[in-house]
Amino acid sequence: MFNHLLSLLIWLPIVGAVPVLLAGSGRPNAARWISLLMAILTFAISLFLIPQYHPDVAGMQLVESHLWIESLNVHYSLGVDGISVALILLTTFVGILVIVGAWEVIQDKPHQYMAAMLVLEGLMIGVFCATDALLFYVFFEAMLIPMFILIGIWGGPRRVYATLKFFIYTFFGSIFMLVGLIYLYLKAGTWDLHTLAALPLSLTEQSWLFFAFLIAFAVKVPMVPVHTWLPDAHVEAPTGGSVVLAAVMLKIGGYGFLRFSLPIVPDASHHFAWVVILLSLIAVVYIGYVALVQEDMKKLVAYSSVAHMGFVTLGIFIAFMLVREQGNTDAARLGMQGAMVQMISHGFVSGAMFSCIGVLYDRLHTRLIKDYGGVINVMPWFGFFYVLFAMANCGLPGTSGFVGEFMVILSSFSANPWIALFAAFTLIIGAAYTLYLVKRVLWGEITNPHVAEMKDINGREWIVLGSFAALTLLIGIWPEPLTHLMDNSVNQLVQVLAIHKV
Amino acid sequence: MPTINDILIMLPEFFLVTAACVLLLADAFMKPAERIYLHWMSIGVLIVTGYLVLRYQPGVPVTAFNGMFIRDGLSTILKLFALLSTILVFIYGRPYMVDRKLFVGEFYTLMLFAVIGVMLLVSAGNLVMIYLGLELLTLSSYALVALNRDSSLSSEAAIKYFVLGALSSGMLLYGMSMVYGATGTLDLVQLHTAIPHSAMPHLLVFGLVFMVIGISFKLGVAPFHMWIPDVYEGSPTAVTAFIGSASKLAAFGMAFRLLATGMGDFSQHWQLMLAALAVLSLAIGNVVAIVQSNLKRLLAYSTISHMGYLLLGLVNAGPEGYSAAMFYAVSYALMSTAAFGVILALSRTGFECENIDDFKGLNQRAPWMAFLMMLALFSLAGVPPMFGFFAKLLVLQAAIHAGMMWLAIVGAVFAIIGLYYYLRVVKVMYFDKPVEGTEVRLQPDFTLRLTLSLNALVLLGLGLYWGPLLNWCRQAFVG
Repeated sequence: MFNHLLSLLIWLPIVGAVPVLLAGSGRPNAARWISLLMAILTFAISLFLIPQYHPDVAGMQLVESHLWIESLNVHYSLGVDGISVALILLTTFVGILVIVGAWEVIQDKPHQYMAAMLVLEGLMIGVFCATDALLFYVFFEAMLIPMFILIGIWGGPRRVYATLKFFIYTFFGSIFMLVGLIYLYLKAGTWDLHTLAALPLSLTEQSWLFFAFLIAFAVKVPMVPVHTWLPDAHVEAPTGGSVVLAAVMLKIGGYGFLRFSLPIVPDASHHFAWVVILLSLIAVVYIGYVALVQEDMKKLVAYSSVAHMGFVTLGIFIAFMLVREQGNTDAARLGMQGAMVQMISHGFVSGAMFSCIGVLYDRLHTRLIKDYGGVINVMPWFGFFYVLFAMANCGLPGTSGFVGEFMVILSSFSANPWIALFAAFTLIIGAAYTLYLVKRVLWGEITNPHVAEMKDINGREWIVLGSFAALTLLIGIWPEPLTHLMDNSVNQLVQVLAIHKV
Repeated sequence: MPTINDILIMLPEFFLVTAACVLLLADAFMKPAERIYLHWMSIGVLIVTGYLVLRYQPGVPVTAFNGMFIRDGLSTILKLFALLSTILVFIYGRPYMVDRKLFVGEFYTLMLFAVIGVMLLVSAGNLVMIYLGLELLTLSSYALVALNRDSSLSSEAAIKYFVLGALSSGMLLYGMSMVYGATGTLDLVQLHTAIPHSAMPHLLVFGLVFMVIGISFKLGVAPFHMWIPDVYEGSPTAVTAFIGSASKLAAFGMAFRLLATGMGDFSQHWQLMLAALAVLSLAIGNVVAIVQSNLKRLLAYSTISHMGYLLLGLVNAGPEGYSAAMFYAVSYALMSTAAFGVILALSRTGFECENIDDFKGLNQRAPWMAFLMMLALFSLAGVPPMFGFFAKLLVLQAAIHAGMMWLAIVGAVFAIIGLYYYLRVVKVMYFDKPVEGTEVRLQPDFTLRLTLSLNALVLLGLGLYWGPLLNWCRQAFVG
């Protein structure tokens, strides 16, 4: 079983979606239980990654490789390093919570909803495992189909606009990457990412490829100015869709930078690192201000996601400045490590924030902040979790949000204090928009009579929010297991940065 | 004198001609109630022909009747898929034709003769043979389009098709005569060797231009695409499915025979022409499709853009590009039969399920049909892991390998624009509420449902494992 652990993780949820679909709309409970079973099973199997993966050994592990298409030399090849293991665990964990979260909320065709979620989960795990460029691309794109349907069928009033925008934006980004990958294939004769990383490329070639990759992953992350699909998609998506989108899908953008831009085009990445750093700082500062004025809770959290993901791209590309211009690998490692922790942490925190908004929305069917106020009076438990996640969102020490941001700010200080200054703005702006949100939703007098009738969270919601809370605190207080898991892989990446291809 | 060998090489064609004539006669003595036998007999004939195509397959390309007829890997693949898509059209089309009182013997015999045209065309080794095959195919098609003679839309489409088709045939003949004048031969293989020594290269280029126009018309490539939307919309849908699948395979075969077999050494001249045609088709096909409200018209414009992608493969002018283009043609044939199959399965007496609005809320009424249509549409759009994506991948790769990076980027950009209108149909099926008062009913025909399901699932299956098919296409061009 361990020889095919990764394949099992990818295909179990996808194949598991078939019985869920077959259960049909006539037996919604059967569909729900089967999908929960599949999700838990997938999570349980993914836990085997922890003993099976050896953090001290370099390179890809649990490798599987089969020739897929002989005439194009495409391989079905999978493998994981510490970063992918962490992201896979995040995916399978969130996979359970979205199904529990949707339990009675989704009444319209629940079997199709659950099946789409399971397929999506399998494809996302595939993205994190693929070590063949074409296989990666197939998973990367195939992921859009279930998400498109999730937003389009179960979304809010402007769902059609949002889902089309989401699909076309992402497709737009990735098709140029495809052209770039074909170019690489014709040059190297293989799609294997490891071989492509060793392929010598001139700076002109690298620059073109860099922008092809940048546009694909920048849309996914999303970075300014191609972030506009995200607020729309988040606002219109059903709660589960938003959670998956924020918790896992955005990470695929950051992950793509690590797998493609860094090893394949290191010189161009260094050459244009300032572009990414500048865009990241704009995301952190400007998008933070944009979040401040939002009236829709989901939109606010969506913008805050863009700002937080700015730290991920900042941490990745600041490493180039540190390694190549100052030879400071320690600080580079810190920045890269911070970016990775930020990805995982943001996965939990944003997923939790969207789940909280989902809880409110299920009761009052509005996401506008002005419709709430004084919620703490009727929902004390909910208030407890909400405040906890809000604190994590603004990066309070002791929560997971703090660790990543702090590491990235610290390493950018070694690169350039000005960059650190702007990055550190987030501590103020982030606190401002999050606390302002909490103040308007939770505190104060109850002005809306409907709020007075709201019931506190039930057991199911308790499980979802409680799980998120436990992990947020765990990573905040004791990040060592997570950093240990990724440490070796991050070191390798930093070494790759130093290699000149030209 | 034809030898026995010549006849053996052309055995599938001889068999099909004989069988078609027998069926024509048999139909005259059949009562309307017995016509169902004609249906199954036609399918049987096609299956036997397919068997013959596969069975006596020579290892190396062979010719018959002094080079008139070539039997090689390319013709085998194109013939098999043309036969397969015709069988699919028969199965999908029967309930539709019965409902419209068009379930007549002429439908079957004309289709069989059109298939003979396809088979002769893709095996042609001589300019005259190309013209012969083409006319057999198109003349049958004109009649098929006009099969519903009481419908003014159908008649209009047929007239338009006929007039423009005749014009393009004239152009093609004119071009052929110039090439003949410049080289003194009609045989494609001899033409290939004669071209470099021709004393009149300018005349050859003139001839080439006219031949490219003829090919473009057959493929339906912009700016020679005017007939496509009207014919797609006006014909009985079963006939549209045939024109959109088998006929496209034939057009690709003809393009290959003329341009590669015949004028392969002249490729520096036709490469750029095809590149320009490809850009135009991609632009017109994808942009104009956005505003269509009729699904058949939408698929017509989608054909135009797909033929643009096919040209991206031909532009490469090497075995790699030809195999990519053939792979594309085959994938397109399977995708369009699936898409038209769903339209046919949802149409019934007095109701053509052809407006996009008719598909509103299909997921609530017939979730399985909606799913199959979604597979076909995502495949047409080229979203992985569907079959259509890999076909696009191969043609883009062929274009890049030919040094035309700009063309590949144009292709990629128009894929994004094209995505929109396919998604619009998915949106209508999945996200919209059904319109009250219109009830979608599925054709109860079991064979249709089963075959259609297989057809659409194959698009997914071949997306996951397309290596053998690609190998097969590649082998056809080796040596």
